[in-house]
Amino acid sequence: MLKLENITKSFNGTTILDQLNVDVNDNSILSIVGPSGAGKTTLLRCIAGLDRPDSGKFILDGKEFDPADDSDTEQIIGVVFQDFNLFPHLTVMENVTLAPTMVLKQDKKAAQETADSLLDELSLASHANQYPFELSGGQKQRVAIARALAMKPQILCYDEPTSALDPSLRDAVGKVILDLKKTGITQIVVTHDPEFAKNISDQILEVKPINK
Amino acid sequence: MLQYISEILPSLLSGTVMTLKIFFWTLVASLPLGILVSLGRSSKFKPLSWILSFYIWVMRGTPLLLQLIFVFYGLPNMPFFHIVFERYDAALFAFILNYTAYFAEIFRGGFGAIDNGQYEGAKVLGLSYWQTIRKIVVPQVVKIVIPSIGNEVINLVKDSSLVYVIGLGDLLRAGNIASSRDVTLLPLVLVGIIYLLLTLVCTWILKVVEKHYSYYR
Ligand SMILES: Nc1ncnc2c1ncn2[C@@H]1O[C@H](COP(=O)(O)OP(=O)(O)OP(=O)(O)O)[C@@H](O)[C@H]1O
Ligand SMILES: [Mg+2]
Repeated sequence: MLKLENITKSFNGTTILDQLNVDVNDNSILSIVGPSGAGKTTLLRCIAGLDRPDSGKFILDGKEFDPADDSDTEQIIGVVFQDFNLFPHLTVMENVTLAPTMVLKQDKKAAQETADSLLDELSLASHANQYPFELSGGQKQRVAIARALAMKPQILCYDEPTSALDPSLRDAVGKVILDLKKTGITQIVVTHDPEFAKNISDQILEVKPINK
Repeated sequence: MLQYISEILPSLLSGTVMTLKIFFWTLVASLPLGILVSLGRSSKFKPLSWILSFYIWVMRGTPLLLQLIFVFYGLPNMPFFHIVFERYDAALFAFILNYTAYFAEIFRGGFGAIDNGQYEGAKVLGLSYWQTIRKIVVPQVVKIVIPSIGNEVINLVKDSSLVYVIGLGDLLRAGNIASSRDVTLLPLVLVGIIYLLLTLVCTWILKVVEKHYSYYR
């Protein structure tokens, strides 16, 4: 279980997150909803270790951990960014295998086999040797998911996974997320879309803008 | 005339070899150094960043010719410690210092063009800073800077003739000697043609490199 305790974050004296508490059960889906500017992305960035909260604790299975500390080779948190942040100079296959080979020190062949099966599950098998610019938005997003999953994170976070997609693709990501749940991974999804949140989540956290 | 050309060609060609040696070693050293200097310049460790900014400012703000003269004639006459260079080493030293500064400036622009999302994407995958620089950032920067680097490379072909001033036997010097000895312009015309050929080859190589990097957008 992932526990966030009293997470507080402010930018230039403006408090965005104030003493936020939430528990995320293993193998569940938490959606974070709320109006624009409420601090959803900020919260996700803190969980991902890209921003540091001013105070508060992250506790995983009873042990405190620091998401920003990357000395650990074992991946706890994976992230699928809103605009994917794929590496444009690498093929789909290279995007997915880069971190497993460089960080987990997997040998190339093992990494490729894992990647092959991930790409297969995400219907990307035929795109393995293409570059990101050759893919549609939905395909790029699935590459970003495959890239994150290749590191075998315990928790996978998404920022606005439906924002760049048309409605039919929205349902497709929803299905991907629900399918991944069956593999035992915990997922945290930031979204604007209450209906999408309701369809996929076990638990919904509403982040409200703080009035000064 | 053909006979005259074949008489002076060997000396021109050996001058060309000197020109190419300076050209080649300057590039080999200053391209990677330029990357390091531009990274150091944006370092959070302020003294390093100040020193490197100062170095770039001096190198870009003074003539290369002056730097060359200073390294060869000036450094040996410094008050407390004397640094004496061979002509060739002095030339290389001055060229590498100068071109590193120019390249650093170009790379700075290139690094600035890389979206922060690329660093964050790499960070959440667990890549270290140097892994990110090497595998993610530099390959993309290279693509961005090729046209500007290309201009500097062509400049370098021509700038290399400045070594003339410290008495190094490069292509221009070889042509000049033959021209004043035999009282004819022909050697200088030949020198011009050789420079044109060299820049032509550089332009062509740059096109090939640029094409190689067009595999992604
Ligand atoms: N790096 C930053 N520096 C200063 N202020 C920031 C920074 N990042 C976010 N903010 C501010 O924090 C607030 C919350 O931003 P955040 O991006 O978390 O909102 P959000 O809930 O994700 O909104 P949206 O739904 O529009 O994506 C905003 O008012 C924003 O201006
Ligand atoms: Mg947001």
